[in-house]
Amino acid sequence: MRLDILNSGYRPTTKALFALIRLFSGHPVPDAARLVFYRPDFYGNRAKEFTHEAMRGPSDWSVADRELMAAYVSTVNESAFCIGAHTGTAEQAYQDRPMVAAVLADLDSAPIAEPLRATLRMLGKLSAAGTVSAADMRAVLSAGVTGRQIEDALAVCAAFTITGRLADVFGFDVLSPEGFEAGAKYLLKRGYR
Amino acid sequence: MPDENRKWALHRALVDRVVNGEGRAFAQQRARAFRNEDLPPPLDTLIGKAATRPGQVTEADFAAAEAAGSSEDELFELVICAAVGRSARLYEAGLAALAEAAGGGEDG
Repeated sequence: MRLDILNSGYRPTTKALFALIRLFSGHPVPDAARLVFYRPDFYGNRAKEFTHEAMRGPSDWSVADRELMAAYVSTVNESAFCIGAHTGTAEQAYQDRPMVAAVLADLDSAPIAEPLRATLRMLGKLSAAGTVSAADMRAVLSAGVTGRQIEDALAVCAAFTITGRLADVFGFDVLSPEGFEAGAKYLLKRGYR
Repeated sequence: MPDENRKWALHRALVDRVVNGEGRAFAQQRARAFRNEDLPPPLDTLIGKAATRPGQVTEADFAAAEAAGSSEDELFELVICAAVGRSARLYEAGLAALAEAAGGGEDG
């Protein structure tokens, strides 16, 4: 990563944990996971709690839907690390790689339900333009999405607006396909805490 | 803003911590990074990119900020504040648009 403190500034116990994870998983700890261990009282502890609630907390959206939202927001933001991580996680969660690929290639023609499509479209506009209008929200509500579901989708967007930026600015290493696959399995089993 | 929205409350707790809690960078500077406003050069370049076009950040942006006197820990905090600030503005804009669309009330 671009700051030396994020490469080597961890406490000895944290460094030992990273070494153990590498030993048992066969993969280095992804930079997204390392970052939250650096001075965790400043950022990591609260970031993990918020992200876990957004991605795994109670919601009428499935875990797979929320991972797809994360992948879609990351695609709009052109954040390579997060695209890889959450495309892989959405593919595993849905067990449907072609569908996820279709959404990220062309949302309008992808084979998904209209409520999810309308929600992704709104998140894409918010991420790209920095704002959305009441008319944009009425279009999502008209597609059959509840207000609570929109709130939940906005939380996913808020989480990956942060993570994607930190990935790009701090220069997270983009993992190998095998590394992203292992990371996806972990996220589906354990979440973000 | 929504009552009973735990996700929103946790996001606000993150905002409050990084902007108002203890840090190596001055709280006023963290608040400026959060808003992406009123930072002196060369910090304004790094933080402006972090908030709006993070893919364009380079090693030279960090080197310039460090040469001007910022420590790595201060830059760690200021970049996080910039990212969380952008996130907060998007989240607030989305919730405000939803409230307006729903006629000022909750509907879910």
